[in-house]
Amino acid sequence: MAVAALKIVHLCKNFGATLAVDNISLEIAPGEIFGLLGPNGAGKSTTINMVTGVTRIGSGKVSVFGYDSRADSLVTHRLIGVMHQEIVIDHFFTVDQAIRIHAGYYGLRDDPRWRRTLIERLGLVPHLGKPLRELSGGMKRRFMIAKAMIHQPRLLILDEPTAGVDIELRRSLWEFVREINDAGTTVLLTTHYLEEAEKMCGRIAIMNRGKLIALEGKETLLNRLGGRRITVTLTEAPPPVLPESLMAQSCLLSREEKRLTFFLSGTCAVGDILRRFHDCGLGIADLDLHKPDLEEVFLQLTSQANGTDAGRTP
Amino acid sequence: MTDPVSLPPFQPWIPFLTLLKREILRFLRVSFQTLLAPVITASLYLFVFGATLGQRISVLEGFSYAQFVIPGLILMGIINNSFSNTSSSLFMSRYLGNIVDLLVAPITPAQIILAYTLAAMVRGMLVGAVITLIALGFAPLPWIHPFLCLLMALLSSFLFAQFGIIAAIYANNFDSLSMFTNFLLLPLIYFGGVFYPVSILPSFWEALSRCNPLFYLIDGFRFAILGVSDNPFWLSFGAAAILAAALFIWAGVLIATGYRLRN
Repeated sequence: MAVAALKIVHLCKNFGATLAVDNISLEIAPGEIFGLLGPNGAGKSTTINMVTGVTRIGSGKVSVFGYDSRADSLVTHRLIGVMHQEIVIDHFFTVDQAIRIHAGYYGLRDDPRWRRTLIERLGLVPHLGKPLRELSGGMKRRFMIAKAMIHQPRLLILDEPTAGVDIELRRSLWEFVREINDAGTTVLLTTHYLEEAEKMCGRIAIMNRGKLIALEGKETLLNRLGGRRITVTLTEAPPPVLPESLMAQSCLLSREEKRLTFFLSGTCAVGDILRRFHDCGLGIADLDLHKPDLEEVFLQLTSQANGTDAGRTP
Repeated sequence: MTDPVSLPPFQPWIPFLTLLKREILRFLRVSFQTLLAPVITASLYLFVFGATLGQRISVLEGFSYAQFVIPGLILMGIINNSFSNTSSSLFMSRYLGNIVDLLVAPITPAQIILAYTLAAMVRGMLVGAVITLIALGFAPLPWIHPFLCLLMALLSSFLFAQFGIIAAIYANNFDSLSMFTNFLLLPLIYFGGVFYPVSILPSFWEALSRCNPLFYLIDGFRFAILGVSDNPFWLSFGAAAILAAALFIWAGVLIATGYRLRN
């Protein structure tokens, strides 16, 4: 079995009385794009900071491709590339100088081809000679992504990479991330744009108040709500009172002229409800089936966790 | 396809050399503040004590006051700038947050300390060299022990680079950083015998001055240039070397444990 790209075992961290990370365990396989989601203050960045060495590990263990993050920190630092959530720049240097300096921190002699690829793909070419402090917020974020990737890490950690970034860069960034993932780089990302996580990630973990409240494949997670919304457009207007048989295992959400929207429970097959319409003599002109998206699952899980977790102390 | 378990290429000394280069580039980028300003300050001292008062008073037999005070002024420039380089650079990195670039990189604590220290020493010695050149225009110096002179200058620079690292880590804000300069460094320098020989003080103040580590640095440096001192050279060198080693260990422990650098 391949060694995990990232293995976190019983990781905890508290800041004074606040338990920021509460006994997290997870594994990310090599080649995965893994999403770590959660509301603000959930503990995602603290977890990432412990993985990268910015924050001391409270208790527990982190290993990267089998190397312990404390005992073999110099090795794990070479394997990881991280883009932090906060914009951090070195005010003294230009974009080009700062990227070269960052490559040097990773023990690299200049690799002009890869550096060129990075700055072109991230749209930094026209800004290379500018001092970092003169860049716009979006450009600073592009620069930080270049920094994270300059040593071609095996595990790329992107903490909110698209916050405050325009749509064009978001699209091109995700394309680029897909490419380097196809080339073998494992990616751990956090984002507030849940549709991005839904599109990019194979598996997703959700954190809330320091705890891991879900860790599943994307499809499994999306099926968690166990129901779907179905909108049926009939050939004729339905009777004012709908037949009772139609309402079994479903709930009418809205009704406007020929359009009826139901919520189907997880045990109700779509075929069953179509047959019931047919049995009631109601012809179907159109059908729209809506599966829950990640946002709905996310909101449901975090609100459940908040309800059961109130008043928690370390 | 990249093998996911293979390590990226790595040359172990490049992180150190890069940080050293970065630190030197940093102070060169603001050279008006880091090189020119201290040289102008020292030149003003030289003008006052060399061209005006220096010819009229004498505190050491056989030497003009200008000759007496110049070694202290040179060392003051070296010390101040070595301290300022590490303290301001490391504190700014903490303040702006870009210290995380080092915390996540494969660079050892020893490399971090050495790179910050060497860059500070380059700046300190540059300032010291320029002040020396200017000072030669005010008074001739005998340069009795040039090798010992270089040794004391390097040791003083090293020592105050460590002190700068320690101050940058303990300082909570710009105010507390300036307290290290104004309430610790400057009194130590001014009461360390830059402007007068400690032996002319009343016995209580002389004894107190002998507790000041700067006294040994300045006295040893002055001995190397003029051939006269309040202490035997070995005592000045030994005291400075022990203090430098102690501060190096202290700074090393702070960096290695990530004290106030890692959360």
